[in-house]
Amino acid sequence: MFKIKKKRVLTVAVAMLLVVSVILTGCSSNQPAAPAKVMKTSFNAGAEPKTLDPAVSTGVPETHIETALFEGLTRIGEGEKVMPGIAESWTQSADGMVITFKLRDAKWSNGDAITADDFKYSWLRALAPETASEYSYQLYYIKGAEDYNAKKGTADAVGIKVVDPKTLEVTLAAPTPYFIALTAFHTLYPVNKKVVEANKDWSLKAETFVSSGPFKMQEWKHNDQVVVVKNENYWDAKSVKLSEVTFKLIEDNKAALTAFESGQLDALEHIPIEDIERLKAAKILKIAPYIGTSYYRFNVTKKPFNDVKVRKALTLAINRQMLIDKVVKGGQLPAYAFTPPGMVDVEAGKDFRKVGGDYIKEDVAAAKALLAEAGYPDGKNWPADVTILYNTKSDNKLLAEAIQNMWKTNLGIDIQLHNEEWAVYLENQKKLNYNISRAAWIGDYADAMTFMDMFVTGGGNNQTGWSNAEYDKQIKDVANKSGDQKVRIPAMHAAEKVLMDEMPIMPIYFYTLPWVIKDNVKGVFYSSLGPIDYKFATVE
Amino acid sequence: MAKYLLQRIASALLVIFLVISLTFVLMHSIPGGPFSREKQVPPAVLKNLEERYHMNDPLSKQYIDYMKNVAQFNLGPTFRYEGRTVNDLIKDGLPKTATIGFLATIFALGGGLLLGSIAALKHNKTPDGVATFIATIGVSVPSFVMATFLQYYLGYKLGLFPPVGWNNGALKNLVLPSIALGAYPIAQITRLMRTSMLDVLSQDYIRTARSKGLPGYVIIGRHAMRNALLPVITYLGPFFAYILTGNFVVEYVFNIPGIGQFFVTSITNRDYSTIMGMTVLFCSLLVVFNLLVDIAYTFIDPRIKLTGQKGA
Repeated sequence: MFKIKKKRVLTVAVAMLLVVSVILTGCSSNQPAAPAKVMKTSFNAGAEPKTLDPAVSTGVPETHIETALFEGLTRIGEGEKVMPGIAESWTQSADGMVITFKLRDAKWSNGDAITADDFKYSWLRALAPETASEYSYQLYYIKGAEDYNAKKGTADAVGIKVVDPKTLEVTLAAPTPYFIALTAFHTLYPVNKKVVEANKDWSLKAETFVSSGPFKMQEWKHNDQVVVVKNENYWDAKSVKLSEVTFKLIEDNKAALTAFESGQLDALEHIPIEDIERLKAAKILKIAPYIGTSYYRFNVTKKPFNDVKVRKALTLAINRQMLIDKVVKGGQLPAYAFTPPGMVDVEAGKDFRKVGGDYIKEDVAAAKALLAEAGYPDGKNWPADVTILYNTKSDNKLLAEAIQNMWKTNLGIDIQLHNEEWAVYLENQKKLNYNISRAAWIGDYADAMTFMDMFVTGGGNNQTGWSNAEYDKQIKDVANKSGDQKVRIPAMHAAEKVLMDEMPIMPIYFYTLPWVIKDNVKGVFYSSLGPIDYKFATVE
Repeated sequence: MAKYLLQRIASALLVIFLVISLTFVLMHSIPGGPFSREKQVPPAVLKNLEERYHMNDPLSKQYIDYMKNVAQFNLGPTFRYEGRTVNDLIKDGLPKTATIGFLATIFALGGGLLLGSIAALKHNKTPDGVATFIATIGVSVPSFVMATFLQYYLGYKLGLFPPVGWNNGALKNLVLPSIALGAYPIAQITRLMRTSMLDVLSQDYIRTARSKGLPGYVIIGRHAMRNALLPVITYLGPFFAYILTGNFVVEYVFNIPGIGQFFVTSITNRDYSTIMGMTVLFCSLLVVFNLLVDIAYTFIDPRIKLTGQKGA
């Protein structure tokens, strides 16, 4: 009797499990196909945006979404060309100190007219100390801006003048040829003065969000997705073919790739290294140019890297192409100098990197000779505690292990590896608590200055303890004081030569951006500065 | 009972207070801050930021201000998300996390009790082996492996469920995360249930019941189950706190906009107010559920009295 009952219990249980699994399985069904002619697409922007208020935002996901939502005085187009945006034209004074922008008849997404006053208000707002915008220094090129931001001057003294509702006059602190391109950067995007003054929380909700670009905000579900739809009030709305773009907020790159492969997502960047070869073989991997350099810092204040010969020896003794082919795999370019390709040179159409050429020639024999001269023949006497510091991430570890191995094989020196959590690593790098440290730099604008001003004496991003009078002179006294490309660009070439002679850093590779997109989505523009632009995109 | 409850609430408040204070000290003693960036922020800008978030106040003042706010259930603004407070994060995320947690609970509790009981009844036979095998897998496979496995095979390869996304809480989107979240507890509960059920089934009173000719389901349901449940109930306190605050890995892999992620991301971001808020939340839930579990004992086993000391 007892046995039989037990069996019955079992049978019922199994039956229930089956029913539940059938119900659950039945729930999965494919999305109904979108009706024809309505073009929609999606892209994985990454993490939840900190904010979509362009004056205070900082991250990469934010720039993707803001590029769809906003337009500045200018907009970056194919080939990194600076195209007219809300400004239809501009003129510069002979000394390059005053730029006058002529605004077109453009409207906000709520129908208000975009005026020069909106720009003045937006820029002063980004600079106001109370706003505490991290990127406010992108406006320091304007006269009086730095003082106002640092509470040493007033808003009135900032060189932004509204001549009439359609004319904006900007007075710079020093000639800055790339200032016009910088007006396409998000910190300099306009916000609607009337809307922002009436509601300080305007940027938090889709319903109150007003923008100037090809799309407007439809929905913002935190940590889930941001949906933007075509902005009919945009001045160039006839060029915008997409009716909707969904920016997914998936942080896990592996999960995002699975979503892409199962059709939940149309495009994504940040492909996991372990999937790159497979996607390359399947011919779906795309590689976009990206203005960035991966390098190692040497701490020049401590032995053994206080000796330039040691720094040079290590720099010459790695095989960059092999690191790219075997470790990072994304079609990166070996870096034989610091500034990556994609920067303007004196002559239009020429590339700063091509003109400057290579400064590093990998040569194991020469490296060994240098190391011997420095007192470590065949790695003898080499201090045991020299360590590569990197932030905890498997990609960084793979690269560090490969480099450690190359130095061991080629120079006979032992180097330790040490990883730290992101913020701890940043802190130790800043305090020079390291021997060798993994680093990366992504440019903010397409001028070599975004790389070359890093290593001036005491610069916040120097972090190597290195200081060189000649370098400082070329950057601070020549390049930064002149608006003439014929003066400033040769000065930056000269500074880069000094940097590569002294080698406080070891360039490894120039970044690329491996990404994937569905075949039927066309006309997407990936700027080498990072943001993706859907303005001209179509879906077939 | 009332006196007991008052005592417990008082000690709970003390525990929460100590945890907040300790977290506050630990948090401020790790290197780096909420404005640590690869691109160094100029000193003037950093000063503006610190002023805005009152980080230029002495730590003692920050601590007292924080305590005052917490007393009013105000967990403060986040450093990471402009214009949102920690209360907002919890309000947005907790219901989603709790939904997944609820489904995972049904899955784990229902499945665990069933599997454990079957294993005990069929001791050393095939069903026992199967249940023990499932339990071992659930305990030993880390949740990121489990989550990725389910996502890849059931979601992508077989296409049974969407691999990622919340999708306004559609049931089909919740299946995989719930299973992934429930995998560890189902294994734990199965093991607990099996052991305690085996123990109970060998007791004299069960033999008596059998000899009286009572049907099996009456024996299990009325006599064995209640006693066998006690160890499982003990496990449920921490289990609920764990499952309600979610699981970073499961939410990360399936991109669930819950609060589980904040336990990890708030620390990497040095988002001080969110770190504190999550600590307060988790600590409070843990304390509350442990109290509820103690009260639940009295219903399951009338021999237990809540007098400050548990009666035998």
